[in-house]
Amino acid sequence: MTTPEDGGPFVVIVNGETKQVDTGTTVADLVAEVAGSPDARGVAAALNGSVVPRARWSVVQLGEDDRIEVLTAVQGG
Amino acid sequence: MTQIAVQADIEPLLIAGRAFGSRLIMGTGGAPSLEILEQALIASGTELTTVAMRRVDPAARGSVLDLLRDLRIAVLPNTAGCRTAGEALLTARLAREALDTDWVKLEVIGDERTLLPDPVELLAAAELLVADGFVVLPYTNDDPIVARRLEQAGCAAVMPLGSPIGSGLGIRNPHNIRLIVQDAGVPVVLDAGIGTASDAALAMELGCDAVLLASAVTRAADPAAMAGAMRHAVLAGRLAHGAGRIPIRTRAEASSPVTGLLQQ
Repeated sequence: MTTPEDGGPFVVIVNGETKQVDTGTTVADLVAEVAGSPDARGVAAALNGSVVPRARWSVVQLGEDDRIEVLTAVQGG
Repeated sequence: MTQIAVQADIEPLLIAGRAFGSRLIMGTGGAPSLEILEQALIASGTELTTVAMRRVDPAARGSVLDLLRDLRIAVLPNTAGCRTAGEALLTARLAREALDTDWVKLEVIGDERTLLPDPVELLAAAELLVADGFVVLPYTNDDPIVARRLEQAGCAAVMPLGSPIGSGLGIRNPHNIRLIVQDAGVPVVLDAGIGTASDAALAMELGCDAVLLASAVTRAADPAAMAGAMRHAVLAGRLAHGAGRIPIRTRAEASSPVTGLLQQ
């Protein structure tokens, strides 16, 4: 297994599933992939239990074993 | 008839300084499709509707958010499914970021079987969320003391259940709901357990400021028709509450003159 320090790729956990990403991958990259569009309206992301504000998505880079949650509103309640 | 009733109930619902013309808050869970949900929301006349927060499903088609935006209905994110104060706080913060609202229906349940609120975690969550700047509308048990504690914690409303979520059992303890209403200094929203229109009317007759329901409409055989029924029931109950009902007597009280009867 390689690490970000080695230059990647490394493993993160996105919405409960493991995923290999390259060094330099940002929250914005992952959100765009999961949500299917880069603007991802109505979507929010948390990194290791803390909300990452939308304005910081493109500057926050992922580290090994990071847990990322990408949520949106659905019917319920 | 609808117009007459609407004009008679001119006093808006006020929560945290925001006015709503409708006293029916809708949920979105259980609708068989977005199209049916849309018809039901329109028929309900609601101006505030709750949605859950879940992991993005790349395969999902259509968005409840787009629907609410198109219908100009304000969105009220909830923390449905959360079991701890910590989970509720993170969910609410994600909802605030995703939906650009600091309003939240706070739901912290004790187990999946009853879906009853866990009052200890609920109160802890309410305190955390209020401190974090949220307008907190907690789903709570029909316990007047817990309701008081939630109000003291700074919640903008209290939302006691009539009976368990989705049960359709109606209001199992009207006495407690009345006690909550009498003591509350914030709006009281009857949340959960409504089965049919008379349950919603009863909630309003007991003095509740609004009713929140989902399953009773979304799982009805004809959701739009039931939504219309709920709209009228909430109005009728509100009007009846303000109209001053007659006292309940154990014996008859003649409604015809008791003098001037013919003698034979």
